[in-house]
Amino acid sequence: MKKRYQRGIRVALVLAGVGIAVALLLRAFDENILYFYTPVQVVAGEAPDGRRFRLGGLVTLGSIVREPGSLKVSFLVTDNQKTLPVEYEGVLPDLFRDGQGVIAHGTMNDKGIFVADEVLAKHDENYMPPEVAEALEKVHGDEES
Amino acid sequence: MIPELGLFALVLAFCLAIIQSFAGLAGAYWRKAEWLALVRPMASGQFVFAALSFGLLTWSFIVNDFSVEYVAFNSNTELPLFYRVAAVWAAHEGSLLLWILTLSVWTLGVAWANKDMPDVFRARILGVMGLINCGFMLFVMATSNPFTRLLPAALEGRDLNPLLQDPALAIHPPILYAGYVGLAVAFSFAVAALIEGKVTSNWARWLRPWTLLAWVFLTVGVALGSWWAYYELGWGGWWFWDPVENASFMPWLMATALIHSLAVTEKRGLFKSWTVLLAISGFSLSLLGTFLVRSGVLISVHAFASDPARGLFILIFLGLCIGIALGLYAWRAPALGSGGGFKVLSRESFLLFNNLMLVVAAGLILIGTLYPLFIDALEMGKISVGPPYFNLVFLIPTLPMVLLLGVGMHSTWKRARWEILWLRLKMPLLIAGTLALGISFAWGRPSILTFVAVFAGVWVILSALSEIRQRQKMGRNFFALPRSIIGMLVAHIGVGLFVLGVTVTSVFSIEKDLALRPGDVVELAGYQIKLESLRNIEGPNFDAVEGVVTIRRDGEVVTTLYPQKRVYRVQTSPMTEAGIDAGWTRDLFVALGDDLGNGSWSLRIQFKPLVRFIWLGALVMAFGGLLSISDPRYRKKRKAEAQAPELAAGAAP
Repeated sequence: MKKRYQRGIRVALVLAGVGIAVALLLRAFDENILYFYTPVQVVAGEAPDGRRFRLGGLVTLGSIVREPGSLKVSFLVTDNQKTLPVEYEGVLPDLFRDGQGVIAHGTMNDKGIFVADEVLAKHDENYMPPEVAEALEKVHGDEES
Repeated sequence: MIPELGLFALVLAFCLAIIQSFAGLAGAYWRKAEWLALVRPMASGQFVFAALSFGLLTWSFIVNDFSVEYVAFNSNTELPLFYRVAAVWAAHEGSLLLWILTLSVWTLGVAWANKDMPDVFRARILGVMGLINCGFMLFVMATSNPFTRLLPAALEGRDLNPLLQDPALAIHPPILYAGYVGLAVAFSFAVAALIEGKVTSNWARWLRPWTLLAWVFLTVGVALGSWWAYYELGWGGWWFWDPVENASFMPWLMATALIHSLAVTEKRGLFKSWTVLLAISGFSLSLLGTFLVRSGVLISVHAFASDPARGLFILIFLGLCIGIALGLYAWRAPALGSGGGFKVLSRESFLLFNNLMLVVAAGLILIGTLYPLFIDALEMGKISVGPPYFNLVFLIPTLPMVLLLGVGMHSTWKRARWEILWLRLKMPLLIAGTLALGISFAWGRPSILTFVAVFAGVWVILSALSEIRQRQKMGRNFFALPRSIIGMLVAHIGVGLFVLGVTVTSVFSIEKDLALRPGDVVELAGYQIKLESLRNIEGPNFDAVEGVVTIRRDGEVVTTLYPQKRVYRVQTSPMTEAGIDAGWTRDLFVALGDDLGNGSWSLRIQFKPLVRFIWLGALVMAFGGLLSISDPRYRKKRKAEAQAPELAAGAAP
């Protein structure tokens, strides 16, 4: 009897632990999932309003504008079909430059500008984020067909 | 000629590994003594030829043989000799060869250590290890040959990725691999035990030092990677929950669970099938990590070599390894049986809890790492899971675990007594509580979580130290304790230091991104930081802009830092070299950003208290592991299996 009782407690503890973990997991998951969109999709209105997402594409040549003496910078991100303005304030990654594939994290504001709180460019100079590469390929394919 | 010889040596090693596996597994099955006698020499031969192959590739790097494609892509005549050698494992092909060499070193170890291991059992282990190495050698020969010639030969190499030109990163892969691959030993032990259908206390005693050693390598390897990311990636983060970091961290969690569950299996004959399952999953996660990194399915800093054929090969290999091992497990594990029971308040319970929490943490990290891949495969969009998720799912299981660790260390097997625990632990509890209050209020902004986490860190350290006091009270010498116990206490002190470092750094760090002109002064955590000037300098294979930053406290100069923005000449890629003033209690971190025009530059300035404790804690953990391994008990011969206490219970079906 006593053994069974102890076993019951153990099983209940494990179940409770698993239950709490699952609940927290689902919540944490939901809050931290970032979807990826390209400018075409954003312009088509597929991106969520007021929620953070990842924007990927190439930095349009000659579009990087700095506000002299401050950390504010704006540039255009393109997938060779549509182009979206991006604003960012902070230190940019080493490999951020014209024509480079980048991914920016942030939200759209009501002026249609993507306000980034994080900008990523990868370490290899030839590197293209796979999502961006795929998106560009898709645009290219659509044009041909 | 030399590269062809290298490939030939690899083919020979492959043949010997096949013979080793067949002789080991079939010889043990049909009890053929002459086959069994083949196994050890084959293991030695496999090592010799794997080392030869690796040595010849290294030679091609040393003499700058750019007719070898891999060398031409990853080296350069201007590269210093040290980095030319490190460049051998800088990319996919060479790092796999390193993997193979590492596995053959572990094989050699298992072949010749543990003198009291029965030949049949050793043959089975070596048979399984041989099969694993066969798989990897086949992989290299079929998809990733590092000896492929480049026609016509290149005049100059493309140089090593500047990020990898760093001493810590040069030794990071070999150490991490030693850990990854070391888990293959535990995997092979587990599969061999399943084939034999029994897990004995000797089995656990033989396996413990191997697992500990693999765990020590993993610990140091992961810590080195984190340290490197901190100072080299330039932005002062020390862990990013990058999928590849996770790929190394999950096996570490499983290995940690395994060394604890092995203790129970050895001492009490319990948790047998659980231990076997952990041993299987630890190595499976290593393989999964390899698949994730090498197949290019992940978006990551490390995912350089993407090739679908390679990904497919590893996926099949992974499926075979896990499938066969789990199939065997399902078939044989019920026969392993389990020993006696234990009370809720006992060392067994605490270790069980430790295991559960570590596995839960690893599982949740695994979900977060794989979920984006599933969603992508189902064409439901491209997503990524952010660091806050990982922070949360890691914290929830591990914080209670660390809190209970302080009690668990002092519990006895079978049944512990509250009165004794209370007697031993009330002082550490009191001191830890006071210190935690002090520390969490010292920098302001305290929260309950901060208090609990700081408490957990201090509490574990004091609880481990209280063992010394206990010994003194009883008039006994602390150092007369078995070394495995001392090692355990030291490793747990490391855990405490790590928890303290992580908590204090995460909560009390101050970070500022600023636009500064030479002459500007900013105030950060009581320090006055002044950008004195900017100058151009020339390094051996790079050009750089260097900032001169003086740091003062109350008017007195503390230090001068020289953060750089480098451009490497061959690959023309820019790199940030941060200026760091390291200290026991805090780091000051200055990184140079970009030229903002009108004479000002962007700078990131950080104050990071106790950040060194993170890596110090990891090193102390590893040192504790080494102390445990050095316990002579693991090398003592135990004559007959019958002396193992739990065998009577274990043998009964």
